[in-house]
Parts: sequence; C-alpha cells; structure tokens
Amino acid sequence: MKLEAQSLAYGYPGRRIGSDVSFSLNAGEVLCLLGPNGSGKTTLFKTLLGLLPIQDGTVMLDDRDLQRLERDEIARLVSYVPQAHGAFFPYTVREVVLMGRTAHLGLFAAPSARDHGVALNAIRRMGIEHLADSTYTRISGGERQLTLIARALAQEARMVVMDEPTANLDFGNQVRVLERIRKLAADGIGVLLSTHDPDHAFLCADRVAMLHNGGLLACGMPDIVMTSAQLQQLYGVEVLVTEVALGQGKRRVCLPLGMHR
Amino acid sequence: MGLCVIVVVAFAIGRYPVPLPDLLRILWSWAGGAPHGLDATLETVVLQIRGPRVIAAVLVGAALAAAGAAYQNLFRNPLVSPDILGVSAGAAVGAILGIFLSLGVVAIQSMAFAGGLASVGMVYLVARAVRGHDPLLVLVLAGVVLGALLSACVALMKYLADPYNQLPAITYWLLGSLASTDARDMWVAAPLLLAGLLPLWLLRWRINVLSLDDEEARSLGVSAGRIRLVVIVAATLMTSAAVAVSGVIGWIGLVIPHFARLLTGPDFSRLLPVSVLLGAGFLVAVDTLARSIANIEVPLGVLTAFVGTPLFLWQLATARRGWQ
Repeated sequence: MKLEAQSLAYGYPGRRIGSDVSFSLNAGEVLCLLGPNGSGKTTLFKTLLGLLPIQDGTVMLDDRDLQRLERDEIARLVSYVPQAHGAFFPYTVREVVLMGRTAHLGLFAAPSARDHGVALNAIRRMGIEHLADSTYTRISGGERQLTLIARALAQEARMVVMDEPTANLDFGNQVRVLERIRKLAADGIGVLLSTHDPDHAFLCADRVAMLHNGGLLACGMPDIVMTSAQLQQLYGVEVLVTEVALGQGKRRVCLPLGMHR
Repeated sequence: MGLCVIVVVAFAIGRYPVPLPDLLRILWSWAGGAPHGLDATLETVVLQIRGPRVIAAVLVGAALAAAGAAYQNLFRNPLVSPDILGVSAGAAVGAILGIFLSLGVVAIQSMAFAGGLASVGMVYLVARAVRGHDPLLVLVLAGVVLGALLSACVALMKYLADPYNQLPAITYWLLGSLASTDARDMWVAAPLLLAGLLPLWLLRWRINVLSLDDEEARSLGVSAGRIRLVVIVAATLMTSAAVAVSGVIGWIGLVIPHFARLLTGPDFSRLLPVSVLLGAGFLVAVDTLARSIANIEVPLGVLTAFVGTPLFLWQLATARRGWQ
C-alpha cells in the first residue's frame, strides 16, 4: 500500500497554490510535512484526499488513480484527521468514532454490532475509553484530537492524513499524540502529518517534506534534510540544529536564534 | 403510546363527543364487522369529519417535524425550519394564485403543492449556478432571498384580491387549518408524505454524517452533494404535501425536533422516529384545541405559534444540551 503524488499541482479553483510536488508514502511510515503559514499544507492534503480537484499531475492510491475512485473507495484507502473543531450537535465520542465506519456501510444501513466493536476498539487504542459516552462538544481540545484519530482508525484505512494533529494541544498532549502516531506506524499504517514544530519531525518522522513557495524544498530523512540552513530558508529566521546527549544516544533539537544575539 | 392516547382523546372531544367504545364499534363495522347500532350522525362524524381530520393532523405533524429534523442536520443549524428553502412561500403563492383565479379546492391544493416544489427547485438551481462559495451558505441565502420575493408576490395578490370573496379565503388559507380536510385529500396526501419519510429513514446514518463539515463528510466516504439533494427532495415533497392539505403551519418543524433532540440526543436514527411521534401528537393536540376552545375555529397557524412560542422560549432558557 502506497500513497504517491507525481508532479502534483494543487490549489483552489482559479488559484494555484503549489505545483510539481512529488513524493510517496508507504504503509508503516511517518512522513512529516513542514512549511510556513500559507504554504498550502492543508490545500495539499485536501487534494491528496480528493476533496479538491487535482490541477495537474496524478495522485496514486494503492496503484490506482485517485480521480477514478468513488468517494467511499477513497475513504476505505485513506482517512483524514482534520484539525480538532467544534461539532454542531452534541454527539457522544462513541457516535463520532462510529461515523468513521460510514464508508464500510451500505447506503441505507446503520452501524451493526460489528461496527460498534470496531469503533470501541479504536477508542481503546487511543486510550480514551473513559470518554466513550461523554459529549464530544464538552471534552477538551486534546481529547477531541484523540477522538478524531480514533475515528480515522475505525475507518480501517491503511493511510492516515493528519492536519496539524498537535495544534492547540498542551506540551504533554503533544507528546502523547506523537507517541500514538509512532504506534500507528508500528502497526503498519502510513501517516502523513503536518506540524509547525520542527522538533516534532525529529521526534516521530521517518521522512520529512518541506513545502516552500509553492514547491518542495526538500524531502528525505530528518537528520539529513533538516539542517540549520534548510530550516532557516524554510521559515526565514535564524535556526540552530544541534545535538543533545540523551542517555546512551543523542537526539537532534532545533533552537531559534536571533532573539538573544 | 402517548400518540394513541392523544388520538383517542381527540376523537372524544368536540361537538359530538365519541367515547372510545363507540369509536371502536364504528371502526369495527367500517372494517366489515357487525353493525354498530349507533346513531348514524356519530358514524358520519367519525368516518367523514373527525377521522380524516385527526389522520391529517397526525400525518402533517409527522411530516413537518421529520422535514425539520432532517433540515436541521443538513444545514447544521438547530434554528432551521422546513421553510428555509422557501417551500411555504412557494406553496402560498400557488394556493393564492388558485384562489385569485377562483379555481376549485382540488386545483388550489395542486397549485400549492406545485408552488412549493417549484420554489425549492428554483432555489436549488440558483445555488448550483453560483460556484466558488460554501454550497450550504449559498443555498440558504438563495432560499431567504427567493422566499422574500415570493412573500412580496403574496402581498401583491392580497392587495389586488377582491376584498369580499377572495381576501378572506386567502387570509384563512395563510393561517392554516385542517377544518376542510376530507377523506379524499388524505388518499392523495398520505402516499406523498410517506414517500418523503421513507428516504429520510433509509439514509438516517448518512444524514448523521452530513451534520459534519462537508469536506469531513466526504473524507468519511459520503457523497455529500448527492445525499443532500435526496434529503431536500424528500423533505420538500413532504412539506409541500403537508402545506397543500393544511395551509401554512409554522413552528412544528422548528420546535419539535428540538424537543426530540433533548429526549434522544442528536443521533438521527433515534431523532427521526421520536420527532415524527412528537410532531404528530403535538398537531393532533393543538388541532383538537383549535376546534374546541372557542365557538369559532381558531386558526392552526395562530394556535401553534401561541402554544409553540412559550414552549420554545422555556426550552431556550432552561436547556442548552440539545445544541451548542
């Protein structure tokens, strides 16, 4: 199972945001997308999911052309975790996660006992059983994020696209969500996520893609691609990538400079 | 259960009270059983007058509540009523045009039905033609604007109508009533109302998912545009048929789904049946009041507002669980 973009151009109708973007993501791998505000990360994701029309190039899902797939076929191959949001009606967490089963249901069907089982299992994997019967509109932002990831798991797709899963979360919840993402990859799911924090890429990504000025600046292993110079070019501020000793090994971190020089 | 009690009470109340045993005997003989041996007037009341009227109240109430519940999910807004796309305004224009042209009852009802369908069809086409905006927002705006235009047409026709013959008929129609419902109306309207209800029930789970963001619903595998069209067609069919039978009756489509949501939560597979039962019960009760509290008929549209407004305000003040 593979998600592949080939010289993809994307944007909104009448407005191109990026072009000539090529990369691929395999099942079991975490690909982290970095880019400044307005670089079109969300637009790119929506195009990959078939929510926006492809302007040029192709997207292949499991070696099939995205544009020839029906909505429910796409949903069974790749799931989407949007940024945590409010809901319009007070569904319970269980009901929200159950909605992830929709692509597996017949047009006139409601979720069966089996679907309830899959949803409950997804809720357990995210460690939020205690919230199952809480109202989605009344839980915290971090809990909503975990609920939406659980919904994506209930969808049983091999690829998950996550739009800034750590936005609006406190420090502890950010780490917790990143850990869960690593675990999903270990279970054989391919994860494509965007983040504003380059350290998150060091923490969880197998590969990093940098989106800048409507194109890919670089794509590769974090330790190779994420250099001080590259990050400086990406964000337009001075950055130092350095290593800290951590027990036996070392870990790279990213420090913003400029403020205290 | 509650609905059965209300229906039995509705039969019992009125100028010719029909207690439950008599009602059952008349129905039994109508169904082919032994003669009931009661006054023939009573039979006429049950089979020709009160029966069709109670059945009409059940069906119209159920239809308006079901359409309202579906629309509130579809438009992700608990303050939406089935009128949002201009169905009542269109039906009013159709019916008033019929009255204006001095047509018969059947023709007036047909024109009301056609007017409702036509106005929603127009709103949908206008919204389809405008691209590059949020499709839901365009739909609502088109509905509001076209509804305002149609209201202006209603005002114009009232202004031009003959004040002694036509104007009272127009006013009466606009206030809503089930007084003139007969058995034949029901044979036409009932299949239409049920035909609208069926797709809403079949698509109940998709309608749940449609209450999410459009893009989110699509990422979950729902063809949002197609399902939305089916729901709009079904709800419009029901509302148009209901309005053609009863005239304009507000409030039910707005208030009843709220109460239902308080009882069941937002899951549409439970919300729909509960809305249907509550809507039917509420309209039978209000209609029974309408024909019994005074010597003259109180117009239904007036009474639903008088009963509905305090209920709605009370609910607004006390309960915030139904929507946030």
